[in-house]
Amino acid sequence: MQIIIVGCGNVGGTLAEQLSREDHNITVIDTKAERIRDITERCDVMGITGNGAVRSVQMEAGIEEADLLIAVTDSDELNLLCCLIAKKAGRTCQTIARVRNPHYSKEAAFLKDELGLAMVINPELAAAYEIARLLKYPKAIKVETFAKGRAELLKFRVTNGNPLVGCQLKDIPAKLHCDVLICTVERGEDVAIPDGNFTILDGDLISVVSTSKNLQQFFRKMGMASARVKNSMIIGGGSTSYYLAKQLLANGIQVKIVERDKDRCRSLCDLLPEATIILGDGTDRSLLTEEGIENTQSFITMTNIDEENIMLSLYAKMVSHAKLVTKVHRISYNELIGPLDLGSVIYPKYITAENIIRYVRALSNSMGSNVETLYKLIEDKAEALEFYIRGDSPVVGVPLQDLNLKSNILIAAINHNGSIITPGGQSRIYRGDTVIVITTRTGLHDIRDILQ
Amino acid sequence: MFLALPCITALIYREESGWYFAAVMVVCLLVGLIAKKFFRPKSTVIFAKEGLVAVALCWVVASAVGALPFTLSREIPSYVDALFEMISGFTTTGSSILTDVEAMSHCARFWRSFAHWLGGMGILVFVMAIMPLGGSYSMYLMKAESPGPAVGKLVPKARHTAMLLYQIYIFLTIVQIVLLLLAGMPMFDTLTITFGTAGTGGFAILNSSCADYTTLQQAIITVFMILFGINFNVYFLIYAKKIKQGLRCEEMRVYLGVIAAAIILITINTRGMFQSLFQTVHHAAFQVASIITTTGYATTNFDLWPEFSKMILVLLMFIGACAGSTGGGIKVSRCIVLVKSIRNELFYALHPRSVHNIELEGHKVDKSMLLAIDRFFFVYILIFAFSVLIVSLDNFDFMTNFTAVATTLNNVGPGLSLVGPTGNFHMFSDLSKFVMMFDMLAGRLEVIPMLVLFSPFMWKK
Repeated sequence: MQIIIVGCGNVGGTLAEQLSREDHNITVIDTKAERIRDITERCDVMGITGNGAVRSVQMEAGIEEADLLIAVTDSDELNLLCCLIAKKAGRTCQTIARVRNPHYSKEAAFLKDELGLAMVINPELAAAYEIARLLKYPKAIKVETFAKGRAELLKFRVTNGNPLVGCQLKDIPAKLHCDVLICTVERGEDVAIPDGNFTILDGDLISVVSTSKNLQQFFRKMGMASARVKNSMIIGGGSTSYYLAKQLLANGIQVKIVERDKDRCRSLCDLLPEATIILGDGTDRSLLTEEGIENTQSFITMTNIDEENIMLSLYAKMVSHAKLVTKVHRISYNELIGPLDLGSVIYPKYITAENIIRYVRALSNSMGSNVETLYKLIEDKAEALEFYIRGDSPVVGVPLQDLNLKSNILIAAINHNGSIITPGGQSRIYRGDTVIVITTRTGLHDIRDILQ
Repeated sequence: MFLALPCITALIYREESGWYFAAVMVVCLLVGLIAKKFFRPKSTVIFAKEGLVAVALCWVVASAVGALPFTLSREIPSYVDALFEMISGFTTTGSSILTDVEAMSHCARFWRSFAHWLGGMGILVFVMAIMPLGGSYSMYLMKAESPGPAVGKLVPKARHTAMLLYQIYIFLTIVQIVLLLLAGMPMFDTLTITFGTAGTGGFAILNSSCADYTTLQQAIITVFMILFGINFNVYFLIYAKKIKQGLRCEEMRVYLGVIAAAIILITINTRGMFQSLFQTVHHAAFQVASIITTTGYATTNFDLWPEFSKMILVLLMFIGACAGSTGGGIKVSRCIVLVKSIRNELFYALHPRSVHNIELEGHKVDKSMLLAIDRFFFVYILIFAFSVLIVSLDNFDFMTNFTAVATTLNNVGPGLSLVGPTGNFHMFSDLSKFVMMFDMLAGRLEVIPMLVLFSPFMWKK
């Protein structure tokens, strides 16, 4: 596809990198020549310096042939304007805008319909959704949903005392009587898609796919309680915290927000009358103890400083058994954070980029590829994809053990008429099913790509 | 480094006949395959450093291998001479050490000319166009190899850009072949001359260069030399149906203006030397086109022209063709920027508080680019001066030394005096030949990659 990206900050850069690797033709527009130089040296994309909302600049970027314009500059207004102009200047150009301001994004549906945008994304809101989903399974580090919510993918760390430690994968169903499939194992830097002889060790991060019910059962059998959290403590009262608190309150979870700025506290009070708003420094230990950090069931660090978030989470880990969620902006900390075991780490720019990429994949779906949803499981190392199966596909009706799959590909679940099947060697895929595939390869576009 | 191997094999594939060519090709293929098997590179990522080195090495290796058949077949007994000839071929210079070109076998002459064609657009750009080079860093390769101060892409993917460039290149080449055939030139001459024109090289297959062809054929060559000297962006814009925008190209206008002015001046200066005014204009046009695009064909011995005309030709050598074309030299766009910055400097001297931007093609030229151009110019002159100094050890007259270095550094071909259109380079010592080989590569690869190859920073860990 021909894609134009306006704004080349964190999100724009990630998008350009990822999408160009997926073989789309990317043109990047930014007002800063430096950023353009940097990105064109890093990725195989074309760069244009200029204001993306100017028609002649868009023309230069080839708006007439473009299929999609993604506006992710700092300014909401500019993003919307870019999209409007692209709609008029381009022939068949779809548009995606990042809109941050809560006042605008509250009217996202109106913007989409009336301004003809294909997608309006609010990074803070997207991050809040993600965190809310995580709090559903306190033991899980990551939760993704497939097949319209029927199947879920959970990632969690195996610790000493877990019955899985020392187990070979083929023995697990007999041991736990549970219908779940282990799809990836992370050990240090390595990511593996394990086979039956793989032995799980203490400290591995494993991902499992199944239905919500099976997963609850699975967690119980492993002796890990998985009830929802009942209360949560949020440090930092930014807009992500606001969206999150709103959602948690709606789910009946008590929320306590610690915020340093007096005015912000006041406005949070207005916005969230049911929440407890504490004015104070979130890094102050005695304050945290006073507010009951030892007994909170979830502890979410949302300040704007990565280091502060990490330190706070480490402290909370020491004094409580709370579910931890840590917001980190800089992806380059990834390797450092891994071994610290901070619970769930949220990278807002990745969530935004991932949401957009998912949309782009679905868009190219209508142009010949069949990806319904896509999740990046472990940064760039593994992906989970959901494919829709059309009638003419070569995988239809063949027992899975007879399919000649490429290496590092696992069929994790089949959604057949709304029921989720954990596949075995005898399972078959039928027309109209959706299939969840886990892979460490990138750039799969069609179910056919999984075959040799 | 082993990028070089497959591309050499790809190059030599195209060779017609000759046992030696076949032998070298087979050996190269084998070496290439072995290298591919045993030296799987640990990381295929190409950063600026790798890009520059890969390009510089690739050109050196390609020339070194390409020169083998000449020596093996005893057509050019000395390997240094053969290497000189080959580098001259790949860098589209067209300077020759041969005293009698016509004595060479057909395939050797064909190979020489074909080297021009490949070298014109760039060996690695060719490889990029036909092979999917993994990694997003391929732009570094293209930047290192393409002529011109700023290398932009025509379309988002580097590979598609390379393909488009070659499509334009091949299309123009074919048009020229057809026209020359229609004008009655023999097939072999047509192909070799076209390759030489397209790459703005200048190896001819006759001792008299282009003097023995008819006026019509010479005129076709003139037009195509000028066409191949134009920035290929212009052709892309025309291809993309943005003709107006294409024709507005400032660089092309200046380039054509300089050509016109030079033709007029030379015509006035050389009047009376030819039978008719038409002949005078024709020869002036041919020679101006040949020199400014750095092709180096000759229809007449311009060494006999008056001093003024000769000086104009020498100046044209330095100006060179447009950026983004197949020609060499300093490039018109750099000259434009330099002239504009001189004008600014003067204005600034008069109005010390004035603020001025330099614009090219309607875009502001930013400070770093301006500095890069200034430095490029300085390094260019420096290399030139040192080369002249070393070459003068051979004790030829000033004109010979000066123009020999100018012609190799600018990838033109013939110089003046002893290295004029009827002379050649065989009489220089091996040392001078090596200096000139370096000049040719430096000129073709825009100085920096070759200097980087020899700089100590490069090899420090």
